[in-house]
Amino acid sequence: MLRSIRDGDKLLVGLDGELDHFCAQSVRRELDSQISDPTIRQLILDFSGLTFMDSSGIGVILGRYRILRERGGTVAVIHMNEHISRIFHMSGMGKVIRQLDSKQEARR
Amino acid sequence: MNSHNEMQTTFLSVAENESFARVVIAAFAVQLSPTVSEIADIKTAVSEAVTNAIVHGYEGTRGMVTLRATIQDRSLLTIEVQDSGKGIPDVTKAMEPFYTTHPEQERSGMGFAVMQTFMDDLTVHSTPGSGTTVRMSKRIHSGGGY
Repeated sequence: MLRSIRDGDKLLVGLDGELDHFCAQSVRRELDSQISDPTIRQLILDFSGLTFMDSSGIGVILGRYRILRERGGTVAVIHMNEHISRIFHMSGMGKVIRQLDSKQEARR
Repeated sequence: MNSHNEMQTTFLSVAENESFARVVIAAFAVQLSPTVSEIADIKTAVSEAVTNAIVHGYEGTRGMVTLRATIQDRSLLTIEVQDSGKGIPDVTKAMEPFYTTHPEQERSGMGFAVMQTFMDDLTVHSTPGSGTTVRMSKRIHSGGGY
């Protein structure tokens, strides 16, 4: 189960452990179930518990971005470690997905 | 430490073994006293190559994946990930960023780009019908450690 906090049209979801091709399918399924409520317009992924991510994670994040974009929403990420941040930026995700720098930002 | 060392392990092409391969390569590379960041680079590159072997090389079928690594000159780590899967018809095309044959599975097409970015050198040899070998190397500038 992914930890999540709902606040109005905003949903903060915490990812834990490793996000590779093996884990991607279950993470994708769970995220999709969490964002199935169409009134959710802002998805914020909290990476503070994520210790590893490879390009399979890029696919998962961009896939959820497409779902939110369809309903006029956005996806943002918070608490990326240096390694995940490198993958995030090399994939060009930074152009469409906002990077927040603290939970205070997330609540703004 | 010895100036030369090598290892090889072979495992079934199931997704559970992606994390196994990452742990194995990290455990082998640790004798070079890499930084945390270098270890993350190596684990990520191996994760990408092994995922490619599982997702594309064997594509729904099962076969064996071999992970080989050598250390030369006390600093140069060379890694090979080899499968006996269906091979890549056009390696140049496959290496283009964002190119994927599986967009429906949300594959990002960034696997080779990640390997290229995180390692110093990458070569891919593939023969359609008989398999693919990804060879990559990275010089570890010792002095890191945990």
